[in-house]
Amino acid sequence: MIELRNIHRVFHVGDQQVHALNDVTLSIQPGEYLSIMGPSGSGKSTLLHLIGLLDRPTSGRYLLDERDVTDLDDAETARVRRETIGFVFQFFHLVSRLSAADNVALPLVLAGIAPTERAQRVAAVMQAVGLADRAHHRPDQLSGGQRQRVAMARATIMAPAVILADEPTGNLDSASGKEVIALLEQLNTRGMTLIIVTHDADIGRRARRRLKMMDGRIVEDDSA
Amino acid sequence: MTAGDTLRYALTSLHGARARTLLMLLAMAIGVAAVVVLTSLGEAARRYVVDQFAALGTHMLIVIPGRSETGGVGPATFAGETPRDLTLDDAFSLTRSATVRRIAPLNIGAAPVSWQGREREVTILGTTAAFLELRRFTMKQGKFLATGDPTQASAVCVLGVKVRNELFGAASALGEWVRIGDRRFRVIGVLGTEGASMGMSMEDTVIIPVAAAQSLFNTSSLFRIFVEANGREAIPRAQTWIRDTLRLRHQGEEDVTVITQDAVLATFDRILRALTLAVAGIAAISLAVAGILIMNVMLVAVTQRTSEIGLLKALGAPGRDIRVVFLAEAALLSLLGALLGLAVGMAGTWLLGELFPNLDFSAPWWAVSAAVGVALATGVLFGWLPARRAARLDPVQALSRR
Ligand SMILES: Nc1ncnc2c1ncn2[C@@H]1O[C@H](COP(=O)(O)OP(=O)(O)OP(=O)(O)O)[C@@H](O)[C@H]1O
Ligand SMILES: [Mg+2]
Repeated sequence: MIELRNIHRVFHVGDQQVHALNDVTLSIQPGEYLSIMGPSGSGKSTLLHLIGLLDRPTSGRYLLDERDVTDLDDAETARVRRETIGFVFQFFHLVSRLSAADNVALPLVLAGIAPTERAQRVAAVMQAVGLADRAHHRPDQLSGGQRQRVAMARATIMAPAVILADEPTGNLDSASGKEVIALLEQLNTRGMTLIIVTHDADIGRRARRRLKMMDGRIVEDDSA
Repeated sequence: MTAGDTLRYALTSLHGARARTLLMLLAMAIGVAAVVVLTSLGEAARRYVVDQFAALGTHMLIVIPGRSETGGVGPATFAGETPRDLTLDDAFSLTRSATVRRIAPLNIGAAPVSWQGREREVTILGTTAAFLELRRFTMKQGKFLATGDPTQASAVCVLGVKVRNELFGAASALGEWVRIGDRRFRVIGVLGTEGASMGMSMEDTVIIPVAAAQSLFNTSSLFRIFVEANGREAIPRAQTWIRDTLRLRHQGEEDVTVITQDAVLATFDRILRALTLAVAGIAAISLAVAGILIMNVMLVAVTQRTSEIGLLKALGAPGRDIRVVFLAEAALLSLLGALLGLAVGMAGTWLLGELFPNLDFSAPWWAVSAAVGVALATGVLFGWLPARRAARLDPVQALSRR
């Protein structure tokens, strides 16, 4: 369902060119569990942003569910992001003035879903990440692990087909990290495609399919 | 994103930055309040002057020597240049029409008035008995000039109340002889306090028979002729009649200007309205300043909330939604600021009304709606740039900054 064909992504910094992605071709089936590893600066985040339609390739084509999404306009890209992709970030990215529940409800608000339905769905996902009793706390009243779980609730509330996680455990202690990974894997067993970028070899090994990147290229693609 | 959610979201961010929000509300409120208070001041002044004119008496026409080009109130009206004399005979020729109820000639000059060593330089008006009725003045004491032969220069005078007080103090003025210039006049009356004429206070004048004034100032010409028409409908006919009569008397030359009170009133009304507008315009500048402040603060907000904007985009907000959220914030700020300003402005005009109870302070509706409209417009206008900047942020860059 995710198909990247000869993707290049070139950044221009002054008069220098940075080839962040260099001829990446990749095909990912629905329900796959993928980890992406590789040294810093190898292009992992750039690849994830492209898959999440936050960025556009310099050249190459991107097909999502057989539809070419390379050149969609702003409104359409936003729609695809909203409906098919859930992001989990290293730095949680919660809106600090909103309660946990309001943060989780944001995608529904953006989708224009009515408040009563929102409340039900928010309650359900908060329950699923084990934070039903923290719904009205603000982010600064939560621990790092709890914040990341709120972020995951937010990423899943639209029931997206794909979850993209960029170093989701990078800011967590190992216990919270394990909880977060367990929750993500649980989503995968329910059928969501899961792509995790990580520096942690233990976490990387857990995925059924493991990519390794180097200098903007995919240099290993293990399926075990 | 629905409109309700957009507003709610904008409200949470305004609430989240309370100090900034209050500051901007204040700036907007000051601008709106300034417009409201200043225009109500201007309007009060205008109404005051117009009322004063209306109090002059209703069906009045004024004949002025000299031809004014426009027929309205030109420079000559007040400069009073005299190409051809307007004589006492001219004045009395005007009474011979059914359209004219009464006339009063007027001569004006300044002369020292003294009594027992006390001396004051005052305005001397020379006129006839009809003047009192025509201008709706009342007497405080004694009598006004006697009806009788107006060419008779009898040595009597009527004092304005201020002149009386300054010359006589506690002493009685009636029947006393005062010196005006080089002649002596007997005081026969004192004018009431309410009299004001064309912005000139009657309290500070002395009235003598017109013939006496002509010889005192050594002139045969008049400064003005006041004519009271026989009813409102008679005014236009009286005007033509005066013009025709005086043209005949002046060898076919149209060398006088006849203005109606309505024309004077309209002119003053126009001038003062323009003044109010100008003042409102100046006050509106503070609205523009508030708008610029809003823009500046919103730009800072966009920078501060970069990662939030990136997040919203990652969650599937199109640029349009983000633009609308920021515009809604700016619009809310200016709307709330405008409402606050209206409240402050109303309180201000109320206070002015308490301080100056004989003036009628109320902000004109056009100023109120213009102030609120301009506040909203500036808010949205100056909110546009920051909103557009927010909408165009690159989500990857925005998210990478924490
Ligand atoms: N906006 C940008 N402008 C210029 N260069 C960029 C930009 N974003 C990324 N790069 C460059 O592209 C390359 C790949 O960056 P990317 O963030 O994808 O690396 P990464 O594998 O995620 O690294 P890390 O593990 O440190 O997160 C790097 O050399 C980086 O400097
Ligand atoms: Mg990275």
